[in-house]
Amino acid sequence: MLEYLVRRLAAIVPTLFFVSVLIFGLQQLLPGDPAIILAGEDRDPSVVEHLRKRMHLDEPLPMRYLYWIGGVLQGDLGESVRIQKPVLELILQKLPVTIELAAIAIVIALSIGITAGIVSAVAKDSVWDYAANVVALWGLSTPNFWLGILMILLFSVTLGWLPASGYVSPSEDLRGNLAAMIMPAFVLGNAIAAVLMRHTRSAMLQVLNSDYVRTARAKGLDERVVVLRHALRNALVPIVTLGALEFGTLLSGAVLTEQVFSIPGFGKLIVDAVFNRDYAVVQGVVLFTATAYIVLNLLADLAYFVVNPRLRK
Amino acid sequence: MSEAPPERVSTGGAAMSPGRRALRRLVRRRGAMLGAAIIAAFVALAVLAPVFAPHDPLQTSWGAIRKAPSAAYLFGTDEIGRDVLSRVIWGARASLLAGLVSVAISMSLGVPIGMLAGYLGGWVDGLISRATDAMLACPFLILAIALAAFLGPSLTNAMIAIGISATPIFIRLTRAQVLTVKVEDYVEAARAVGNSRFRIVWRHILPNIVAPLIVQATLAIAAAVIAEASLSFLGLGQQPPAPSWGSMLNTAKNYIDNAPWMAIWPGLSIFLLVLSFNLLGDGLRDALDPRHR
Repeated sequence: MLEYLVRRLAAIVPTLFFVSVLIFGLQQLLPGDPAIILAGEDRDPSVVEHLRKRMHLDEPLPMRYLYWIGGVLQGDLGESVRIQKPVLELILQKLPVTIELAAIAIVIALSIGITAGIVSAVAKDSVWDYAANVVALWGLSTPNFWLGILMILLFSVTLGWLPASGYVSPSEDLRGNLAAMIMPAFVLGNAIAAVLMRHTRSAMLQVLNSDYVRTARAKGLDERVVVLRHALRNALVPIVTLGALEFGTLLSGAVLTEQVFSIPGFGKLIVDAVFNRDYAVVQGVVLFTATAYIVLNLLADLAYFVVNPRLRK
Repeated sequence: MSEAPPERVSTGGAAMSPGRRALRRLVRRRGAMLGAAIIAAFVALAVLAPVFAPHDPLQTSWGAIRKAPSAAYLFGTDEIGRDVLSRVIWGARASLLAGLVSVAISMSLGVPIGMLAGYLGGWVDGLISRATDAMLACPFLILAIALAAFLGPSLTNAMIAIGISATPIFIRLTRAQVLTVKVEDYVEAARAVGNSRFRIVWRHILPNIVAPLIVQATLAIAAAVIAEASLSFLGLGQQPPAPSWGSMLNTAKNYIDNAPWMAIWPGLSIFLLVLSFNLLGDGLRDALDPRHR
């Protein structure tokens, strides 16, 4: 286990290095002098000069990278030009909202995706299987910002059941919070449910054809027990691991969903930063997201290693 | 003892080339054919937009602001009186162009780099693989947003951003395919008779890895169409007043309570086009990859 952990940790170091080079490289895409662009429309010479010094623009590129990565390693992701706050502070401030949205979305995705996947595999080639596949294809093909708009049209404008946008903190009003979050969470969970459904179906089909399931059936066990206790328990391992890889989809989806429903989270932070030309925030968000993705994948791999005894041999 | 005559076995088209056999299998898949037909219809609409569009997509009319669908305006009008149907038809150009160009960028970067990694191996492979891992660690749309933000908002930059963001998928797929194919006997034989590395890769490896690349390209077009619509929705793709389904939805969300048709048609178009590429991609995978049959 320790050897595996060390090997995995050693493998992520070069990946993190390349991530940092990629994100640092984004700044080089800015046409012209970055200090002038970052100084905003006023282009105040003192601000330009200050930025030039702070960004070490008079130094060679590798030195600038070293200064930047040195700061990043100490938790300094730069400062927002517009809000004048450290980028890390802004990210940590917005993160809980997105985590809540993502958590509800995952619960919805798991409930729909796994249930539909089981039904589809157990009733292979039936109407249910066909229907579940159609729903999955719908989930994969629907742009989530369009689904969000349609849901607002139905549940807010036509029926008046749910608020169209906005965010209420759960500590202030739990009911209001859930009412505001349920639609965006469903929109976000929809695409992931489709992916999970496909994974669950193929994992279940594989497990349902295995010898131990045949043995369980031969013993005369109830089909429900065979499917839920024998087959699903084993099929869940790859599903959960693959589910962790959907983290990227979740965050990408959150950017659009938060925009449609005006939720002040992590995704809205990057979009607002883009329009305010707050490039340090854009870089910070991408770096934070990529690092979180790498760490989550590491944890998923470790979980897979822990729960799968065959890998430990 | 005389030998029994060989049993007549139905070859199922064994005399046909693998490409034709795959095409026959594809044609039998109704979903894939439906997808191909819808894509063809969208391509025709995009190419012949000036013929099909009943109005000028940029023409504003203060007397026809947010008019509901009618005989004069089949899909209704938008917030400044432009014909939604004409804008949807012209918007197909931006979406299809973005899908095709982005994937062309991804493939022209990803396939050669992936072949290099897979064929040469060693430190070249290590370097390319770690860089690919790094790009894959950044969620696709977030990387595309960041690239588009730094490059500046425009349809061209959105296509470049989407193309670059989707490149690592092609690098990884090509590398994996090359690793499988390069140990085949026919590649060994080509090497043994003294073919150059370039010739081996170009004439013997590439033709044998095309099938999975075609499948991935079709599915990548679906993802690129959604990504372009997403970037345009966020204001980072096609710039107004030029029509794009994503930017039409961005405006439509502000008028959802009194002009829902502004949101329905462009969204439905994105959905149909993406669904069609997904159906075609699934069908191609089943037709080209024997493991999925």
